[in-house]
Amino acid sequence: MQYDEKRLTRIVATDCGSTTTKAILIEWVDGEYRQTIRGEAPTTVEAPLNDVTKGVINATQELEELARLKYHNPNIKFMENGEFVIPRKGDIGVDAYVSTSSAGGGLQMMVTGVVAAMTGESAERAALGAGAIVMDLIASNDKRMNHEKIERIRELRPDMILMAGGEDGGTIKHVVEMAELVSGADPRPRLGSGFKLPVIYAGNKEAREHIKESLGDKVDLIITDNIRPKLETENLGPARDKIHDLFMEHVMKQAPGYNKLMEWCQGPEHEQVPIMPTPAAVGNIMQAIAKDEKIEVVGVDIGGATTDVFSVFTEDYVFNRTVSANLGMSYSISNVLASSGLDNIMRWVPLDIDENELRNMIKNKMIRPTTIPSLLEELVLEQAIAIEALRLAFEQHKEFASSLKGMQRQRDISEAFSQSTSGASIVNLMTLNLLVGSGGVLSHAPRRHQTVMLLINAFLPEGITRLAVDSIFMMPHLGVLSEISTKAATEVFRKDCMVYLGTCVAPVGKGKIGKPALYAKLQMPDGSVWEEDIPFGEVRLIPCGVGEVAQATLKASGGLILDKDKNRELTVDLHGGTVGIVLDTRGRKPFTLPAEKAERIALLKKWMREFKAYPEAILQ
Amino acid sequence: MGQAYSAGLTVTESIVLRKERILPLKGKVLVKKGDEVKAETVVAETLLPGKVVPFNLANKLGVTPGQLTNFIKIEAGQQITTHTVLAETKGLFGLGLFKNEVHSPVEGEVESISSVTGQVLLREPRIPVQVKAFMDGIVTDVIEDEGVVIENKSAYIQGIFGIGGETIGEIKVLAKSPEAEIEASAVDASCSGKIIVTGSFVNFAVIEAARHHGVKAIITGGIDDRDIKKLLGHDIGVAITGHENIGLTIVVTEGFGKITMARKTFDLLKKFEGKKTSIHGRTQIRAGVIRPEIIIPQAFDAAELVVKEASLPILEPGTLIRVIRQPNFGKIAKVISLPEELTKVESETLVRVLEAQFEDGTRMILPRANVEVIET
Repeated sequence: MQYDEKRLTRIVATDCGSTTTKAILIEWVDGEYRQTIRGEAPTTVEAPLNDVTKGVINATQELEELARLKYHNPNIKFMENGEFVIPRKGDIGVDAYVSTSSAGGGLQMMVTGVVAAMTGESAERAALGAGAIVMDLIASNDKRMNHEKIERIRELRPDMILMAGGEDGGTIKHVVEMAELVSGADPRPRLGSGFKLPVIYAGNKEAREHIKESLGDKVDLIITDNIRPKLETENLGPARDKIHDLFMEHVMKQAPGYNKLMEWCQGPEHEQVPIMPTPAAVGNIMQAIAKDEKIEVVGVDIGGATTDVFSVFTEDYVFNRTVSANLGMSYSISNVLASSGLDNIMRWVPLDIDENELRNMIKNKMIRPTTIPSLLEELVLEQAIAIEALRLAFEQHKEFASSLKGMQRQRDISEAFSQSTSGASIVNLMTLNLLVGSGGVLSHAPRRHQTVMLLINAFLPEGITRLAVDSIFMMPHLGVLSEISTKAATEVFRKDCMVYLGTCVAPVGKGKIGKPALYAKLQMPDGSVWEEDIPFGEVRLIPCGVGEVAQATLKASGGLILDKDKNRELTVDLHGGTVGIVLDTRGRKPFTLPAEKAERIALLKKWMREFKAYPEAILQ
Repeated sequence: MGQAYSAGLTVTESIVLRKERILPLKGKVLVKKGDEVKAETVVAETLLPGKVVPFNLANKLGVTPGQLTNFIKIEAGQQITTHTVLAETKGLFGLGLFKNEVHSPVEGEVESISSVTGQVLLREPRIPVQVKAFMDGIVTDVIEDEGVVIENKSAYIQGIFGIGGETIGEIKVLAKSPEAEIEASAVDASCSGKIIVTGSFVNFAVIEAARHHGVKAIITGGIDDRDIKKLLGHDIGVAITGHENIGLTIVVTEGFGKITMARKTFDLLKKFEGKKTSIHGRTQIRAGVIRPEIIIPQAFDAAELVVKEASLPILEPGTLIRVIRQPNFGKIAKVISLPEELTKVESETLVRVLEAQFEDGTRMILPRANVEVIET
């Protein structure tokens, strides 16, 4: 059911994260939907409080207090007797309350398949697309011995299992064997020891009876359409829908306080609005942007514990999501160090800092994850770590977001000599139109210039790419709000959520420091002209405001190219933003940094100055 | 707003503790409500299911999975030994000539037989698991077939981070003061079986000496991350600890680096020197926060066992806080006021702040996120 301003004038939306419950107020003001107030409180899903609704009440109370201050109206109230008043009656109540949740570790799944790179990967894609963290993929050909697989299934305590394998009408032996292993392991759900673990079977339909025989008594078996009915077809929808149903019916009901929260989530006619896993809500929004504007999009949401990357590529708007479960800026910060190595972090730090000191700083952030960098030096270090976390998460995403593996492809003569194979990544930075950042370190960076620098250094966009950031981290809220009002979600998204930062122009290829790389002539909206023959290895930032467009003439030199058609000259419109237009001639494929420390630090400082990322004091 | 919620660690001379001691699977509870138990008492036990051994019987027998039912000699649920014949062919002309027999590779029980894959799942014998009380106290509740609730009155200190599992010993304070450090030579044979307190820091040489002399646990203000890496042989990626097998337990009360132990923590440990203490280093910072604990049980009447209702610590004027991030990391202060407006700090971050007064009288503006309430 969809509503407009006649029925929805005031909405509270919350996102119950693992640390913080973030609440926003959306109101119909002066003929449009706007996000007006934001509040937050610690999430209360853990002991000693063990009730997620306490955090929701605290966050909503903050909203109420701030609303009373904003509107100089002491009577405003959204809740009475600890519950939302729906629908709104004057100053009292709201017309709807909606929520997303990733508290308590989100939705944790295990998936199985027959061939890891084929049905296994399809199952993984379905689970990730539904907003889950995939704890492990177990496949017939994953090189583990059967008894090791059983041990692994037993020790993981997932919220649910998704089983795929075999095309319809194909051999059933391997998928039945996998069911036998799951049955042997007798897996238990993570929450609620008295319940049977939900297992979704989405494999070869011929094997259904055998699967029932093997698993029927031990688990709560749900059968749905084959995820890979034919080798060349992927059918993720039915499995994703089942995951969402089970997430509500089983997982959420076991989590402390969620029964009450589920009842609270209501539209104006008291109909229930399902709680959505946070990443699924963000994924909805990313797909909506891509389809609406007919563009290719990469989005990233870097949290404290995990980093999610979303992408929509190709003319078919193929959506992919990956979650790097152990890359994040607080709980998982130490794992960024362990995964990337100290040298990779230090290459982004323009300071001479002792290794032991940096190690201890990172661990102190890990054990006290809610602290924030108060000193400038600590901010610079955290942002260097963020670049590496984003880079690693994007690497994982590129590997995962691929065309279907195992398909026979007919090649034409132009492809005969190229390296493209089935299973190649569909992520192409050269055709990417928009890169969107979200999550504390990007949304709350003290200067938007820092966000631009982090996104460019981590993702190394190629050619011409627009950059944007989620202003205050409200994409999850809008993702779930769109379930009852696409109008409200879209309006708020455009006006309050999405902050366009500007455009990055980065020629691709190698060059020599100091040699000419890019001639750029920009006709600015105020009539002035910006012009320079920029040498290789430089960054330029040209202010150009939100909604403004500069007409650019670009000419790349040497072996550098500007777009997917390998053009060296382009005349294009470049969109401005809160930061402006970045011309980056540091090279791509490869992008390299000097190995020698003093040389690297000097260069980093020069670039940071150009980006206007930090106060001059720290760049001396 | 006059107050705000904040995280904090508990350090107190007297608290009513309530601990659930639960089996990983249903089993047998060995004590009853009202029993007095020691930390070492086994309160519940169970048998974990044995390891499952998948065994492709059809392949071994040289028949197709569909044919297996003709030759099978076992059924699901049957007990087996390594002498048990799982299946046998009839041999040539049904006369037993060249007949093929397959014996069970393990002892245990038959879990399942599949005519689709030809695989049988065999389960090895069950493995006994025991749960101990971990702290002296009274059994106040029995959760049927699962475990018990034990309560007591204790001096109680939550650490910020630890490694190593549950252990029991007596406290021995080696550091002269909360800001002092100790040399490796201070750890000698008299520390065997003890829980030693090392002040603001513990270095690798002291940890090695402690392991050498059979120290049960170390309590320290700070520790270097590189020493933990040396100790474990790998970097700690995600903070889920407590299962390390390094010969002792380490509980860090303040954080990484050299950090003066909170005076209250040090004084409490000094006061209870020589007392029996239960300690563990189990830490889980993500989803289901678990912090290391130091529990020093005290004498009590059953009537005293009333657990306070849980609440979030509140920041308000007068609250005692500890700074948990640079600058002034580790210092203790008192909240003076909680201004409403967002304030820009050195890193240019706009944050909610509080005004605090340090013990020497100086006042400072601090981000609210960078302090923790010292619970009393």
